[in-house]
Amino acid sequence: MLSSKPVNQKAWWLVLPVVICVAFSAVLPLMTVVNYSLQDIFSPERRVFVGTEWFALVMRDDELHAALWRQLGFSLAVLTVEIPLGIMLALAMPAKGWKASAVLVMVALSLLIPWNVVGTIWQIYGRADIGLLGAMLQKMGFDYSYTGNATHAWLTVLSMDVWHWTPLVALLCFAGLRSIPAAYYQAARIDGASKFAIFRYIQLPKMRGVLMIAVLLRFMDSFMIYTEPFVLTGGGPGNSTTFLSQYLTQKAVGQFDLGPAAAFSLIYFLIILLLCFILYNWMQRVGTTDKEGAGHE
Amino acid sequence: MARIDLDLAHSYQANPQQDEDYALLPMKMSFADGGAYALLGPSGCGKTTMLNIMSGLLAPSRGSVEFDGRNVTQLSPQQRNIAQVFQFPVIYDTMTVADNLAFPLRNRKMPGDQIRKRVAEIAEMLELSGQLDQRAANLAADAKQKISLGRGLVRHDVSAVLFDEPLTVIDPHLKWQLRRKLKQIHLELKLTLIYVTHDQVEALTFADQVMVMTRGRSVQVGSAEELFERPQHTFVGNFIGSPGMNFLPARVHERALLVAEHRLGLSRDLALPEGELKLGIRPEYVALSAADDPTALPVKVTQALDIGTHVLLTGQCGDLAIKARLRPDQEIPRCGDRVWLGVLGSHTCFYKNEELLPC
Repeated sequence: MLSSKPVNQKAWWLVLPVVICVAFSAVLPLMTVVNYSLQDIFSPERRVFVGTEWFALVMRDDELHAALWRQLGFSLAVLTVEIPLGIMLALAMPAKGWKASAVLVMVALSLLIPWNVVGTIWQIYGRADIGLLGAMLQKMGFDYSYTGNATHAWLTVLSMDVWHWTPLVALLCFAGLRSIPAAYYQAARIDGASKFAIFRYIQLPKMRGVLMIAVLLRFMDSFMIYTEPFVLTGGGPGNSTTFLSQYLTQKAVGQFDLGPAAAFSLIYFLIILLLCFILYNWMQRVGTTDKEGAGHE
Repeated sequence: MARIDLDLAHSYQANPQQDEDYALLPMKMSFADGGAYALLGPSGCGKTTMLNIMSGLLAPSRGSVEFDGRNVTQLSPQQRNIAQVFQFPVIYDTMTVADNLAFPLRNRKMPGDQIRKRVAEIAEMLELSGQLDQRAANLAADAKQKISLGRGLVRHDVSAVLFDEPLTVIDPHLKWQLRRKLKQIHLELKLTLIYVTHDQVEALTFADQVMVMTRGRSVQVGSAEELFERPQHTFVGNFIGSPGMNFLPARVHERALLVAEHRLGLSRDLALPEGELKLGIRPEYVALSAADDPTALPVKVTQALDIGTHVLLTGQCGDLAIKARLRPDQEIPRCGDRVWLGVLGSHTCFYKNEELLPC
């Protein structure tokens, strides 16, 4: 008798599917990108190891800096509009009954539309000659043109994202609101709390969990936005709606600069990771820790 | 502080047809100013509905609620100035203990220095002073429940404090402490307290007057002793006491009581109507008797459980099971023994149609 426990290695077979999935979906593609970012590849036979040269190159790229700032501004704008709007929408939605179901379906509709179709819808919607929005704005005296005016283009892309994704925030908040036990509202009525106090001290704290998910999802998605502006404005006019993904695609597919594109992909990935990490930790801390210096007064 | 008078009925359905449709059947009830009351009954008997009607969270479908003779049926909980503590602690997570306690006062726009003073008083009373600056979300369930209670007490002019099974989530050894605290607060502040529970020990130790409810109606209001000694309804007899009252189907015939084919002699001063009725006796008052005692029944012992302070004996007489609580210092019959158990005495009650007969 060697051991009272029988040794059984069969469990490895159970882990294998996950290992294969992750390897093919994440690790191998990522390694390919790393491979490209460190070499100058002309053809499979002709390649040169360049070290960190591509990284140094993209770090000094002014166009890329501009795209990064544009991207940060866009994501920030998306969050500042969509999160409060989603909360308001969720608060206004009926709580139960057939009305709740009907409103839920209506709110969720835009989430079912594919990205490129959303871009196309808005492209037509915003046209100054035949689009409902564009033509109306023209009639009202605004010289609206998302193809000619950088600000208009930027605002149109933002509106499109708000239209497309605010429902997601609203649905998450709605779920968060519904999970608050009735006793909280009853206690608030007994304590004589105002509507605002109920929102500030019950609803908002109880929605913290879902809001965190909403902020992270919306941040990541908006930071990687590609299809809709690609269809709507193609990054123009000028570079005004060229966000990071578009810039990356231009580099990789348009100019075939695979080295710098790969190096930048890695940096892009790290930026998202870092910002998500900061956001997540900040939101975790907000509203859960004791005030600084409590007990020392 | 206020006297509360109820004269109402409530149904959650729009058009109640029969008794089953009502959460509360038409009832009249009065809660005296400064009294400690308990509403006792099984789940779904209408206790919480009644409490929510008193606090104003729910409007009764019929009738009125009066505080000190003033009709408050249509007033909000805030206007009624009532405090309510719920089954699960309700605290405002993001606030400190002090802010939680101050919340109802801030909502009434009381000046800051008065709020601080009042919060300090209440915290002192509830032994929360040391935790005032802590975030309420990080406290244990019993401290949270004290905060819920404190938010009610912090308004010094509060009409009544209502409790909806407040000790459900509290550890057993803390329950006693908290219940004693409630008693103490009642004595100090002379508030009207109404306490909903399905735990008879809680109800009987907490309240001066206990209202026993079942299926939307109140079957008896009385002190612990009254409920124990003279249950007005077989439900009360069953529900109060552990184990509940023995109920033996009996028939009165020619000055004698027939129980399970056995004849018991009735004393002359007992005026019982002829026919079917039920004999009720607490297991505490069932005693071992001599053979052929005219007030006793012969039984075969089927179970004798020693539970420390006493022995719980179950005896079979025909189809009837009789439970007795015997002191352990006497000779206890064994399983299978045939003994006589006395069931007729001054503590015996008689019921017809589940209601107590006056005698």
